[in-house]
Amino acid sequence: MGKQAASEELASIPALLARNARKFGAKTAYREKEFGIWQSWTWLEASEEIRAIALGLLTLGIERGDHVAIIGRNRPALYWSMVAAQMVGAVPVPLYQDAVAEEMAYVLDHCGARFVFCEDQEQVDKVIEIQEKVHHIEHVIYVEPRGLRKYDHSHLHWIRDVQAEGRAAQQRFGAELAARTDELGYDDTCVMLYTSGTTGRPKGVVLSNRNIIESSKNSAEFDKLTADEEVLAYLPMAWVGDFIFSIGQAYWCGFCVNCPESADTVMVDLREIGPTYYFAPPRVFETQLTGVMIRMEDASRVKKWLFDTFMQHARKVGPQILDGKPVGLWDRFKYWLGDIVIYGPLKNMLGLSRVRVGYTAGEAIGPEIFDFYRSLGINLKQLYGQTEASVFITLQPDGEVRSDTVGVPGPGVEIRIAENGEVFYRSPGVFVEYYRNPESTASTKDAEGWVATGDAGFIEEGTGHLRIIDRAKDVGKMADGRMFAPKYVENKLKFFPNILEAVVFGSGREFCTAFINIDLTAVGNWAERNNIAYASYQELAAHPKVYEMIQGHVEEVNRSIAQDEMLSGCQIHRFLILHKELDADDGEMTRTRKVRRRIVEEKYADLIGALYDGSKEIYTETEVTYEDGRKGKISATLEIRDAAVVGEGKVAAQ
Amino acid sequence: MMDQGVEGYVTEDGRQIGGVLMALQNITLRFGGVVALRDISFDIREGEIRAIIGPNGAGKTSMLNVINGFYHPQEGQITFGGKTRSRMRPYEAAKQGISRTFQNVALFTGMTTLDNIMAGRTLKMHRNFFWQMLRHGPALEEEIEHRRKVEEIIDFLEIEHIRRTPVGQLPYGLQKRVELGRALAAEPSLLLLDEPMAGMNVEEKEDMSRFILDVNDQLGTTIALIEHDMGVVMDLADRVVVLDYGKKIADGLPSEVQNDQAVIDAYLGVPH
Repeated sequence: MGKQAASEELASIPALLARNARKFGAKTAYREKEFGIWQSWTWLEASEEIRAIALGLLTLGIERGDHVAIIGRNRPALYWSMVAAQMVGAVPVPLYQDAVAEEMAYVLDHCGARFVFCEDQEQVDKVIEIQEKVHHIEHVIYVEPRGLRKYDHSHLHWIRDVQAEGRAAQQRFGAELAARTDELGYDDTCVMLYTSGTTGRPKGVVLSNRNIIESSKNSAEFDKLTADEEVLAYLPMAWVGDFIFSIGQAYWCGFCVNCPESADTVMVDLREIGPTYYFAPPRVFETQLTGVMIRMEDASRVKKWLFDTFMQHARKVGPQILDGKPVGLWDRFKYWLGDIVIYGPLKNMLGLSRVRVGYTAGEAIGPEIFDFYRSLGINLKQLYGQTEASVFITLQPDGEVRSDTVGVPGPGVEIRIAENGEVFYRSPGVFVEYYRNPESTASTKDAEGWVATGDAGFIEEGTGHLRIIDRAKDVGKMADGRMFAPKYVENKLKFFPNILEAVVFGSGREFCTAFINIDLTAVGNWAERNNIAYASYQELAAHPKVYEMIQGHVEEVNRSIAQDEMLSGCQIHRFLILHKELDADDGEMTRTRKVRRRIVEEKYADLIGALYDGSKEIYTETEVTYEDGRKGKISATLEIRDAAVVGEGKVAAQ
Repeated sequence: MMDQGVEGYVTEDGRQIGGVLMALQNITLRFGGVVALRDISFDIREGEIRAIIGPNGAGKTSMLNVINGFYHPQEGQITFGGKTRSRMRPYEAAKQGISRTFQNVALFTGMTTLDNIMAGRTLKMHRNFFWQMLRHGPALEEEIEHRRKVEEIIDFLEIEHIRRTPVGQLPYGLQKRVELGRALAAEPSLLLLDEPMAGMNVEEKEDMSRFILDVNDQLGTTIALIEHDMGVVMDLADRVVVLDYGKKIADGLPSEVQNDQAVIDAYLGVPH
């Protein structure tokens, strides 16, 4: 009963804001580094700022149910704009700010936004360009005035001016604002988020206040989050995770959201803030680890020896100590010493000293990478989720953390595995609908509320943990009927720091082949140490020594796959190293950096052909898109190599 | 050539440009027997972007060096901010509000971005050396004030991420930006840029162009620049003066200069 009452009263984000302003008034709610100094706002100040924006929106004639697009990097003013939009009964729609104008135009057109908040001139320019095709955008509001002074301001407003207008109109619109905020219900729309979509057009996922608040509450309780957490908001605002962490959980718990100074200073800001609750996709952890390893290669011999010795010890006992398992006294002492000499300073350098709860998700994380962070004493865990679930499907409880599972169902989440292995779930976080897309809604969510994840997996006997193998639609059969799970193999390849991305082919084929993308940082550094000269990414990628090294990795993966009877057919027989990085601007990846398999297959059909027709090399031309939208062509002759496979001889002999 | 009257003129993008900030009259500069600049007169007006162009060896950098007092012309006079002079030392020019960047980046390579830009504020510091060593009281207050200004510039030029990086480690394009930052730190009334885009790729040039326009627009700084990239000059400059072999051959709006026969001849050469 008490729970119900609490929910009724706190049925929206603005209601939570009002509670926080009352309860935590003088506590810091937002920080942003500007002019080299962390500026902060208390909950009371933040709620006043948000109110001013909301009143300003009313003076501009915003209606209930209007969509308000938000484009920019993580900044308090943009978070406030989202909540202000909710206060006046409108729906915030955050967009990926690095999307090219065409992608943005589709979303703006689809959601019918009348109001757009932009961070700076770059975004305003994009929106003005889009306005030529999308005519319902009426007002554009910007945060950063630089360069915009000479623009036509009839429909363009600086956010400070909007706030000033709003404050001045307090008399006129105060009652209207209060009425609109009060009528917000638990099942009204809280936010609309466009999924990046590995296939087809982005879909607008409608999430209600119930979805967001219940999910935030459940997950916060699961990890015992308090009002004293510090988070760094640096992931795209359009991503559901950021909305849950930086708004949902932050407002539910009343903790502080810190915004970095710029996209390039995130690592420095991370170190200065020292978040206690931290989320990063595996890529970030990989990059950080690669960075540490590269720097250790250049360190003095003593430092290197200390690092190697203590890291070895940490790998042995670190995770056990973290999980509270029994560890010998001598080992504990050695770990304590290591913490003073290596782990502590290293964690501090990485900005992870204070992390109490850390999560990674989105992609599989390499076991070595995962164990590295855990052995340092960082409580890094995995979760499994998606936009349609308001993030959380499964999470790893403290003490049950492993790199090969994604955890147990979160509070209130039910899981079902279909015949074909696809994972289904049902939870309070399940989305309302795809906006203006009843067909997709119906094919994803059934009448009883079960949602198809599109991932194939199974529940592990005994532990109850969920294990994900691959995208359900990607799991296929090879020509001889053996199971083909590309993602499984790609992940194993990507666990090597030298391999940034891999795409494996083999569905309906005799054998498997792969495209490899090298990691320029790691391979570049390796080249430097081995006196290999190169002038470009393309030249480095085609270097015979690089091919040799990658071949070694591929063969190691083959040996590891061969041990798994079910998947041994997925060993890679032939591979090539791509001459360019797969890129979201070229449509080859989503904005969240997931490979769009079908587009890659179409675009590089010639290369795939060559992988299967036995040629030793192939000449190819590829169209590339530059950051400003211009297009160009690059050409290259790519070498194709054969890799040794294990146990295939036996199959052939039978 | 158009006649730029005393009351100013209207730029091609429709801005009203005001009075004369600096007037150069009949400047002649000789190095021994070599005449680097011969009887050159033109003016720089408040709030405009003034480009000085010309083929290699035309005397562009010499002209810039005359403007900021590094070279002393044998003939002619310079009026800046109402005062007429024939000789001035570079630090006097700096004191009067002229700051500049160099063709070959001239930063303190061992110092960080922050310190380099802070160095640009030297002339604005009033407390003496001992006060500053104490870092106390008024000196501290002053330092904080200067640091705030420097941070505004860092924010303006979007170089937050390299605040603490020694500039020697930075790529060339960023070094150029830091140098611009240092010049801006003096809060100049006239900013001289010697080939701000030299050696940059297209993207860096676009960034730099935007910064130059923003400096002119947001801070209201008058800018005189030398540049080789004609596309950049035609886009950025409000007025262009063209030099060739130390002589002024044209002066006017970009569109006028572009179609001037003498300019075309100077750049493409004429059959003899």
